[in-house]
Amino acid sequence: MSDTEQTPAVPAQAGAPAVETVARREPLLEVDHVTLRFGGVVALNDVDFTLYKGEILGLIGPNGAGKTTCFNAMTGIYQPTEGQIRFRGQKISGKKRHHITKMGMARTFQNIRLFPEMTALENVQVGADAHHKTSVVAALLRLPRHWKEEREGREKAERLLEFVGIRHRMHEFARNLSYGEQRRLEIARALATDPVLLCLDEPAAGFNPAEKEELLQLIRQIRDTGVTVLLIEHDMRLVMGVTDRIVVLEFGKKIAEGLPVEVRDNPKVIAAYLGVPDDAA
Amino acid sequence: MDFDGLFSNIGTLTTTGLTQGAIYALVALGYTLVYGVLRLINFAHSEVFIAGAFAAIWTWNGFGLDQDSSVSGLGSILFYLLVAMIVAAIASAGTATVIERVAYRPLRRRNAPPLAFLITAIGASIAISEAFGVYTRRLPQGAPQLVSPKPLFHLFGVPIDGVQLLTIGAALVMMICLDLFINRSRTGRGIRAVAQDANTAALMGVNKDRVILMVFIAGGSMAGVAGLLYDVRIQTLTYSVGFLLGLKAFTAAVLGGIGNLRGALLGGLLLGVVENYASGLFGSQWKDFAAFAVLVVLLMFRPTGLLGESLGRARA
Repeated sequence: MSDTEQTPAVPAQAGAPAVETVARREPLLEVDHVTLRFGGVVALNDVDFTLYKGEILGLIGPNGAGKTTCFNAMTGIYQPTEGQIRFRGQKISGKKRHHITKMGMARTFQNIRLFPEMTALENVQVGADAHHKTSVVAALLRLPRHWKEEREGREKAERLLEFVGIRHRMHEFARNLSYGEQRRLEIARALATDPVLLCLDEPAAGFNPAEKEELLQLIRQIRDTGVTVLLIEHDMRLVMGVTDRIVVLEFGKKIAEGLPVEVRDNPKVIAAYLGVPDDAA
Repeated sequence: MDFDGLFSNIGTLTTTGLTQGAIYALVALGYTLVYGVLRLINFAHSEVFIAGAFAAIWTWNGFGLDQDSSVSGLGSILFYLLVAMIVAAIASAGTATVIERVAYRPLRRRNAPPLAFLITAIGASIAISEAFGVYTRRLPQGAPQLVSPKPLFHLFGVPIDGVQLLTIGAALVMMICLDLFINRSRTGRGIRAVAQDANTAALMGVNKDRVILMVFIAGGSMAGVAGLLYDVRIQTLTYSVGFLLGLKAFTAAVLGGIGNLRGALLGGLLLGVVENYASGLFGSQWKDFAAFAVLVVLLMFRPTGLLGESLGRARA
């Protein structure tokens, strides 16, 4: 465990002052006592936490803990049975997905879901198109504003591909990109929708240590541009290295919440991850 | 079998086939576009075609032209063609939009099973067809002879007339426009995104309902132009011709690979030519037999059609 302390992202000031700043920050996404049942199965049980603007929050837990279910509820795919999820103060459930995207929430997928028969550039352009204002009529008539938006969208897409480091591959079909490039492309596409909140669902799955380190840097750079990041991950080292706060789920329940160091030393978390019974921990 | 007949007329049979095939191709594009995005066969698309064909004839009637009128002067011919083409495209796109709003969207909202869509499609098709039937008292409507069927010039000894030139030319132009629209425009990008993964597209901010509407409008306009070209070529229109023509266009779409735009073009032209060769070889009563026999045989060997499925692969 001691090696995690040396990972660069838990700086010395991550103690009490950070808590204070977080407490003063405005809430961006509120998971308000959410319970989610599928028939008789309770997938989420009274889960309650808040994501604040500007932070990187890690959502962790062993396999089957309900991370992805929680994620899907937060992005509006599942409706909570009880409780509610608010994004920028507005209830998420019942909203159409493209509206949620326009409100500023973007996500990537655990199993990559790109548009395989489109080029990398086009994939990102689809995300950038979300904020275009010209109507179909204007587009058909080729009005100047349409051209301007089209050009801006393309420039933005190229900038984002540059940002994630795959600009040289922009004319390749997405399906021809390597696994790591595809993950980066998904992040670029999500960023193209101008999100306030970027949700990454196990972005490091299948990465080697060097690639993971690059990803950590990318996530920090994203946060530095002002985007709040929600990171779902079960690689503890990765989570410890980059997050400001961590929420731990087990069997659909929140068992811990706090700074990486606090969570790491929490006996319940250790038990959940290592399978040690509570009393022995 | 009349091999002599086939070979001595092969040039004319080919041009006639390509002309007929161009009309199939334009209608086939509508089936393929809707299928690519919704995974739904819009069986009411044949009536979208008929709406355009009637709209064109009624536009000419409005100008005082009936089946006995003849128009001279290239300027006025082009004027009547262009006005009727615009009206037909709007009428068909409008019909397609109404079908989507009334017959399909409510079902989508309620997550209806695919069979429900199939039967509403057939229902909508028959209802619209019957409405045209009752309105026209089931009588054929005549169109003026705008383009002379006399040969304009000879190509490798094969006479080419204005109708053939207009039909094939218009179909190619429409096809190129559609291809550019799908592959180059922002809306086209959205259409391809929804065709490849509708849920992810929605998460990227693509408005699925808007994409679906655009697809019905684009497919409808193509069918409207096909309706006008049909009128110019046949010069008479009965409310019930949409059924077989629609079925053949659907066949053409499947032949080329449903969901594939270039496949629809290829399938349409191929079907038109095969039909005409078959009538040269066996007699014209075998035309429809040949069209569908080709479908059955081809799908045995290439179940996804000539060019394969997927709107995403429209880019060659």
